[in-house]
Amino acid sequence: MAGLSIRNLAKRYGAVSVIEGLDLDIHDGEFLVLVGPSGCGKSTLLRMIAGLEEISDGTLSIDGQIVNDVPAARRDLSMVFQSYALYPHMTVRKNLAFGLQNLKMPRAEVQRRVDDAARALQIEPLLDRKPRQLSGGQKQRVAIGRAIVREPKLFLFDEPLSNLDAELRVQMRVELAALYNRLKATMIYVTHDQVEAMTLASRIVVLRGGKIEQVGTPHELYTRPANLFVAGFIGSPKINMLPVNLDLAAGRIHSADFGAFRTIALPDKGSTATICVRPEAVKLGAGDVSAQGKVRLVEYLGSESLVYVDLPSGETLLFHGAGLDSHKPGEDVTVGLNFADMHVFDCDGQRVDAALEQAA
Amino acid sequence: MRRFFRRNAAGYLFLTPWLVGFFLLALGPILASLYLGFTRYDMVSDPRWVGLDNYRYMFERDRRFWKALEVTFTYVALAVPLRLAMALAVAMLLDKGLRSIGMYRAIFYLPSILGASIAIAILWRAMFGIDGVVNQFLALFGIQGIGWITTPSTSIYTMVVLAMWQFGSPMLIFLAGLRSIPRDLYEAAEIDGTSRPRQFFRITLPLLAPVVFFNLVLQIIEAFKTFSSAFIISNGTGAPADSLLFYTVYLFNEAFRFFRMGYASALAWVLLVIIAVITAIAFATSKYWVHYENERD
Repeated sequence: MAGLSIRNLAKRYGAVSVIEGLDLDIHDGEFLVLVGPSGCGKSTLLRMIAGLEEISDGTLSIDGQIVNDVPAARRDLSMVFQSYALYPHMTVRKNLAFGLQNLKMPRAEVQRRVDDAARALQIEPLLDRKPRQLSGGQKQRVAIGRAIVREPKLFLFDEPLSNLDAELRVQMRVELAALYNRLKATMIYVTHDQVEAMTLASRIVVLRGGKIEQVGTPHELYTRPANLFVAGFIGSPKINMLPVNLDLAAGRIHSADFGAFRTIALPDKGSTATICVRPEAVKLGAGDVSAQGKVRLVEYLGSESLVYVDLPSGETLLFHGAGLDSHKPGEDVTVGLNFADMHVFDCDGQRVDAALEQAA
Repeated sequence: MRRFFRRNAAGYLFLTPWLVGFFLLALGPILASLYLGFTRYDMVSDPRWVGLDNYRYMFERDRRFWKALEVTFTYVALAVPLRLAMALAVAMLLDKGLRSIGMYRAIFYLPSILGASIAIAILWRAMFGIDGVVNQFLALFGIQGIGWITTPSTSIYTMVVLAMWQFGSPMLIFLAGLRSIPRDLYEAAEIDGTSRPRQFFRITLPLLAPVVFFNLVLQIIEAFKTFSSAFIISNGTGAPADSLLFYTVYLFNEAFRFFRMGYASALAWVLLVIIAVITAIAFATSKYWVHYENERD
């Protein structure tokens, strides 16, 4: 197991800066997920940790040792690639053994580790097949097997489930969680899928444009997003965002649809702000503030439904909950929001907390 | 039947130039040469049927035939592996991601275009002559060079060097093959602590095997057919002391210098059989060392 410490890390390709001044501590034995839209630098960061990309600036330490110039092979880590990167001309058994043979490990030990990994991943019947004879899910298992036979102190995953179909992705997600619980090794996992991030992570790092937007547990990110980007990125269906005007002198917020009101938190600058409310927190009927709207669309998902309501200003509000499917498009409804469910963001998109909470 | 032709008319239309050329220009001479191989024919009087006499003479009494085989096999055995090694080495250098790869590709391919030309063969004679550039270079180090082409024991190697220098077309094919090996296999190997030589022998070569095989077969056939450079460098005779008596040079001389067209035809068919057998051997062994990515099970 290993803890990582990243200080002022930068990656530049010529004049193009991908990552700049990044600081991050990764605790021993945690499952850390790097999440963000494409091009946010999450894969680059992972590849720098792996030793596949040079570090332009700053330091990367594993267990207190600066490893900037330590080659990938001597960082004692394994990596699972999005493409699986299985050697196509080798059988599954040879794929699993290849890395161990590099280490000049005794044959019996190689055999034992390969057998153990195959048993744990239930790929024993596949050991003598070549990768092209495997399904996507089986390839993924072999790729994970190749990572665990080396018994490294650090596992890196680069979008390992992206090439799988939806059903298999859910299944492998569960298996990865089980693997983590069994090994309790430090794992760093890159994905653009926020559901994977939420379900697997001990902590999530949200990246955008090579910068960290927020680091926290899935619960922290969901309940207290640090800025508009994180609020919009984490959570499915997506959070509702209402642009509002600020009356700083009166300490009130003006919404075109919900009128003027005071919230628990109020920005101290600018003339505009954004109020965010999770779809499951929107009320049908009166709330602390209410507005009239018209149902545009109802999406029935079985146990629950999504209801899109057009507000007079042209904004759309999304509800998410059970028993909403009796609503019909064109229907007039009253919608309500409660202050406690509101996330308030100032004109720069930064979260504003209640004075009381900030003091605490 | 009519529907078949109507549906495939465009294809056959495109094939027409080749089909016309093959049937009018190639097939006739090919069949004629098979027949002429069993005759004595001096291109003036009518061919006279002699049965297997040409073949019997070739294998039992013609020492120059065996010499030509020796020269040609020596050349093939040296030139093909060396050219392929050269081609692969340069392809791997270019694959490292040089900035002006397009330019280098063109420069490295240039000798292959020039190589078959008469001008280069003449240049080669001048370079390896007793007063040639090679000896002038050696003289800088106080080494007294010999006439590399005029000395029977070294002349074949000047041909091999020329062959190595013309590595362009197998190099381009190797380069395309290397490009098709996924980068992340090497990254996975890197993380697994695989040394560079082991990466080459355990990943690059096995994955490149289909391309190596393709190049090998092509180059073997090419090497057996080597003619114009050998013809020029040996003054058209296979000199010195028959050390450059390539099979094709011998065949050409029999046909167009001594007008033994019947015998030359027999020689041509023997060369065809030799190339066919060696290619067949290559294919037969390939199943032990060539792995195809998309092989059906």
